[in-house]
Amino acid sequence: MIQKTSLETLLIKNYLFKGLIVFLSLLMLLPLLFILFFVLKNGISQLSWAFLSELPKPVGDTGGGVLNAWVGSLLLLATTSVLSVPLGIWVGIYLSEARNSKLAFCTRFCVDLLQGIPSIVMGIIAYIWVVVPSGHFSAFSGSVALSLLMIPLIVTATEETLKLIPNTLKEASLALGVPYWKTVLKVLVPTGFNGILTGILLSLSRIAGETAPLLFTAFGSPFLETSIFKPVQSLPLLIFNYATSPYEDWQRIGWGASCLLILSILGFNILAKVVKRS
Amino acid sequence: MIFSSKRLALLSLLAMLFTYSSSILGLELLGAGATFPYPYYARLFSDYAKKTGIKINYQAIGSGGGIQQLKNKTVDFGASDTFLSNEELGQMPAETLHIPTCLGAVVLSYNLPGSPSLKLTPDVIADIFLGVITQWNDPRIQALNPKITLPAKKIMTVHRSDGSGTTAVFTSFLTKSNPNWAKKVGEGKSVKWPNGLGSKGNSGVAGMIKQLPGSVGYIELNYAKQNRMPMASVKNKAGQFIEPSLDSVSAAANEAMPNDTRINITNSGAKNAYPISTFTWLLVYKDLSGLPKDKAIAVKNLLTWIVRDGQKYASTLDYAPLSKSAQQKAEGVINSLTFKGSAL
Amino acid sequence: MADRIFKRSLALSGFLVCLLLAAIVLTLFWRSLPAIQEQGFTHIFSANWEPNMGQFGSKPFIWGTLITSFVALLLSIPFSIALAIFLGEYFKKGMIPSFVKSCIHLLAGIPSVIYGFWGLFILVPIMRNVQEFFGIEPFGVGLLTASIILTIMIIPFSISMAQEVIEMVPNDLKEAAYSLGATQYEVITKVILPYSKSGIIAGTLLSFGRAVGETMAVTMLIGNSNVMPSSLWGPGNTLASVIANEFSEATHSLHVAGLVQLGLILFLLTFVINLVGKWILRKLKHELNP
Repeated sequence: MIQKTSLETLLIKNYLFKGLIVFLSLLMLLPLLFILFFVLKNGISQLSWAFLSELPKPVGDTGGGVLNAWVGSLLLLATTSVLSVPLGIWVGIYLSEARNSKLAFCTRFCVDLLQGIPSIVMGIIAYIWVVVPSGHFSAFSGSVALSLLMIPLIVTATEETLKLIPNTLKEASLALGVPYWKTVLKVLVPTGFNGILTGILLSLSRIAGETAPLLFTAFGSPFLETSIFKPVQSLPLLIFNYATSPYEDWQRIGWGASCLLILSILGFNILAKVVKRS
Repeated sequence: MIFSSKRLALLSLLAMLFTYSSSILGLELLGAGATFPYPYYARLFSDYAKKTGIKINYQAIGSGGGIQQLKNKTVDFGASDTFLSNEELGQMPAETLHIPTCLGAVVLSYNLPGSPSLKLTPDVIADIFLGVITQWNDPRIQALNPKITLPAKKIMTVHRSDGSGTTAVFTSFLTKSNPNWAKKVGEGKSVKWPNGLGSKGNSGVAGMIKQLPGSVGYIELNYAKQNRMPMASVKNKAGQFIEPSLDSVSAAANEAMPNDTRINITNSGAKNAYPISTFTWLLVYKDLSGLPKDKAIAVKNLLTWIVRDGQKYASTLDYAPLSKSAQQKAEGVINSLTFKGSAL
Repeated sequence: MADRIFKRSLALSGFLVCLLLAAIVLTLFWRSLPAIQEQGFTHIFSANWEPNMGQFGSKPFIWGTLITSFVALLLSIPFSIALAIFLGEYFKKGMIPSFVKSCIHLLAGIPSVIYGFWGLFILVPIMRNVQEFFGIEPFGVGLLTASIILTIMIIPFSISMAQEVIEMVPNDLKEAAYSLGATQYEVITKVILPYSKSGIIAGTLLSFGRAVGETMAVTMLIGNSNVMPSSLWGPGNTLASVIANEFSEATHSLHVAGLVQLGLILFLLTFVINLVGKWILRKLKHELNP
């Protein structure tokens, strides 16, 4: 008798607990749905050809678009990639090859630390290193800040990808007489190409949304800029300025820009998944 | 392989050359500073670009920011609602000139049901921002506004979180009119606010007031008007309750302006003057040799255009245009600009 | 020969990264020195932030940072553990976990500024209604609002940590418990959770480190008040949000130095937190995979 009731309580506890876990899990998904719903609801009506191809208008004029913001974002991402991807891949190769040296240990430690530095601190660094000596704000200084954030991500992605490649491939290549450097660059890296590209795409999707380091480096601009030596507008910066303004027109544009940004990030993520699977 | 490093390097080199070359074509000026006159400048610069093809990138980061960026020479001109003190002038790397562009009013705006037009005195305003008066239906506020039923709501003050000329003007007014404020908080672009929320820029403060029922803050007239927000009439030194408007702001400017145009017109004694009025200035170095010659000329032309033709835009946006004498003084300052030793 | 150059270039790149970090730390120290010298070392921890007077007391912001991050952490723990168990024990395979995982990924991908935007228009009015209901000053923005948005933002991060740790629990331990007649509930609460305790703590620490560095959403929702926070419902500021607000218009180079000082404190804070968290995790990985 005693056994039966305690078994019953145990089973009840079992189901209650499972229910609690499921409940909490679903609860967590609510804010996500909430946010996506609002961004899409308020923003999708804004997305039009005019929105994408026009420049913002001065305060008080209705209409206008976010051309300079998304072009600026692309410019920043492109420059950041140029600055961070080669170095990141190189260091990733280093860490996956030289696993036991002291320098590798130190490097790994430094990469870990770099990953933990808040993005606004990187903005300060880029301001001191680039903006002040050059005398002006620029997309380049913004890219420097973003690169400092992106390098650790690329390093980790490269290292993880290369570590997964079975050692037999490397050994076979070396046994066939292929020099070490060719083995790494022409055998291992191409094999891991998908994984590295996935890592790059995912890092880009992270960096695309960064605002803080751009506040005093890329600075923002009402014009369309294609030069990296000028201040440039970016989608997240525009969203920040427009969201906190009192103008309903600007707020609407802000929602549209948020929608555009989220769809782009989604695009990056889907692309990454496609690459990973291929 | 498409992503061979050689090809990538070549592509990026080409891209850099392209982007670098496009920066040489097309003259562009970079300015930063006050959010106070931003709606006015946005309109001015947009039309100037249409007229002359010269693009002006103005970032409204607050008067404090404008001065700092000018000091760092990261911008071609700065903008501020408060002129540099002698001490601040001494800290600039070179002699700095002030060119007034228009006048404006700092208004008390608030979020109350029905958006009533309130009458306030300097002492009441000071005590609201000091946290002495905490409820809207406080007897002192009610006494000034007997016909309005004020709600029993807590007052939430909003101030600027960034270094602001608007703050400097507002606190200058309070310091001059209320000794208690002068002692406890004082004046400046950033002061130690004893309470309340902070927001970035005139636009951030206006946004916050608009969203927060029961809040009150200080913003430029145009921001309140554009967003259909109520404004308070403030009692001036002559004892009259004055509504902020172009005329009452111009009335406050009825004082002799020094040749360097640095004048503080808050708490004016003129009868119809709005007591929280101010000029707003563009700041440039006297010696523009640091810029390439065409840019220096562009700066001078821009300044001249603003104080002459640009004035017609002011009133459409609720800023007061410069009076004749202020215009003359401004042109005098512009004419003193030099380039490599000689007049520009 | 080519191999030697290649290996050297690899090592050089690693060295470059170490150099980069050193340069960052040195820059932070060097550029904050004027502010520290101006006010004295002990004054850094005073509550008086008045840049015009050369006073850079960082206490209000250190408090704001710690409070918001800590509250966010507390609020997120039940959710992250629940989801880690959900994915690690109850729904390991199939459409449901991959849907849930995609949702978590999505949550992690939303930029901070959009969280802030959403928070400003949706969360703040809700908070205002709650505050009015309780008779508290209905600011809407404030420390608690910022903490709530931080909670949502760090949940994906702490889930992945907790999940990693829960998956590390050796299968034979679980199976032994099951064979002794334990229910799933008992296995989870009596075997898996105690086993992964230190790992969950480490993951919690790392999420804390993430929360501490968050800038945009916090600066939009925290109310931006530079005095010591008086209540969770009221406004405050964090190290990151003050830098975001004041950096582009710091009126004199001393002010900039003061803000760099805040950046330095922020860096040291995240440095220590991440170091401890990673050390615990590494120790755990070594214990479980000897």
